[in-house]
Amino acid sequence: MPRLEPWQALEPGGTVVPSEAEQPHTGGWRTGVKPAVDLAQCVNCLLCWLHCPDSAVVLRGNAFAGFDDDYCKGCEICAEVCPTGAITMVPEEPA
Amino acid sequence: MRPRLLTGGEAVAHAMRQIDPDVVPVYPITPQTPIVQGFARFVADGRAHGELVDVESEHSAMSAAIGAALAGARTITATSSQGLALMAEVVYIAASMRAPLVLAVGNRALSGPINIHCDHSDSMLVRDSGIVQLFAENAQEAYDLTVLAPRLAEHPDVLLPVAVCLDGFTITHAAEPVSLLPDEAVSAFVGEYEIPHSVLDLAEPSTHGPFAMPDYYYELRRAQAGALAAALGVLEELAAEYERLSGRRYGALEPYRLDDADHAVVALGSTAGTVKDTVDDLREEGVRAGLLKLTSFRPLPAAEIRRALAGAARVTVLDRADSPGGVPPLAAEVAATIYGSGAALDGHVYGLGGRDLHPEDVRAILAGGAPAYAGVRGEG
Repeated sequence: MPRLEPWQALEPGGTVVPSEAEQPHTGGWRTGVKPAVDLAQCVNCLLCWLHCPDSAVVLRGNAFAGFDDDYCKGCEICAEVCPTGAITMVPEEPA
Repeated sequence: MRPRLLTGGEAVAHAMRQIDPDVVPVYPITPQTPIVQGFARFVADGRAHGELVDVESEHSAMSAAIGAALAGARTITATSSQGLALMAEVVYIAASMRAPLVLAVGNRALSGPINIHCDHSDSMLVRDSGIVQLFAENAQEAYDLTVLAPRLAEHPDVLLPVAVCLDGFTITHAAEPVSLLPDEAVSAFVGEYEIPHSVLDLAEPSTHGPFAMPDYYYELRRAQAGALAAALGVLEELAAEYERLSGRRYGALEPYRLDDADHAVVALGSTAGTVKDTVDDLREEGVRAGLLKLTSFRPLPAAEIRRALAGAARVTVLDRADSPGGVPPLAAEVAATIYGSGAALDGHVYGLGGRDLHPEDVRAILAGGAPAYAGVRGEG
């Protein structure tokens, strides 16, 4: 829970400056499944990266490099758009 | 500089040329049209350099203005009546996102019935949006307030949209002598546009207009009210600076022959000029009348109003907008402000849809016994 600031302490308009803001790991909202990749089938088209609404597909340079579990919400869009079936949704390991 | 014969619309267009905003998103509507038409001509002639963006509605005009202002571009737009009504949703967003843009409003009655002439119902529609609203009495004031507006909007303690309201036709289309400042004086006065966080700042990216849950919405609204309250002090500072520059002073209000007045009139806009003439006539007849003109309606200078009206036994408020089924806006504000002062208060709606208010009409209202809807056929 972020600290509740008095009104005088707020940025005008509630503008959020990331360097000053708390960075909650919204991956905690995931509902039981997360993406897994079979790199043998990945053709590095980056459609998953393009479609991910949470910027949770990680690149190294221009190459696919996996998923960022801290922000992935398990929405399955990456698995849906993957043209080769390299991405599948797998059950979350129990925390 | 020698005064020039200009309409209020042309005077505001000249102020815009001299401010030289970066972005002007526009959609035409009478009686605002001469403002943007005049500015567009300056752009076409190379005398102003801003990006004139033709959008498809006033909703889009204000949306584009917010984006531009928060990207780091000094931004001005203009509208009237139905245009402001269509814009209203986004005017609230502009205020809450603290976008320091300038909006010229050529005041015009709201439909219906459809009408193109002056009243203040359009401005009153957005009075609670959190923007600053300054009302001009004549073309000179419309020019001066437009030059002042960016500094007020962009002040770090304010960061709010500023509306400069000028009566449709009476000011927008009537030619009067107007003294313009030298171009370089306006340029130096308004200075460079600066905002705390640009949405285009990639070195320090920022999120604007975030969702606010019950744990923060209330505080953000309170902060907006705080910014409007701060605008009063900033307006006073700017008034002093502008007076040194122009010889003309603009406070939040202007008392006229009020010091020893028994009977005070409170009014906004061009009607203040009519009342001043009437006050002068009445004074010659020995009647101690005076006027309190409000330049700043939002923020309302409540303490100054109370002080200015302290000596008046009777206060008459003239509203060029109605609140059907309730108390007209200016009368309600003044009543709340001077509550307990002991002054007798009467309020009158007048001039809806461009109905003229002549000095003899003001005189009749001040004589007492005028109906709540002054000048309407079927009453009094």
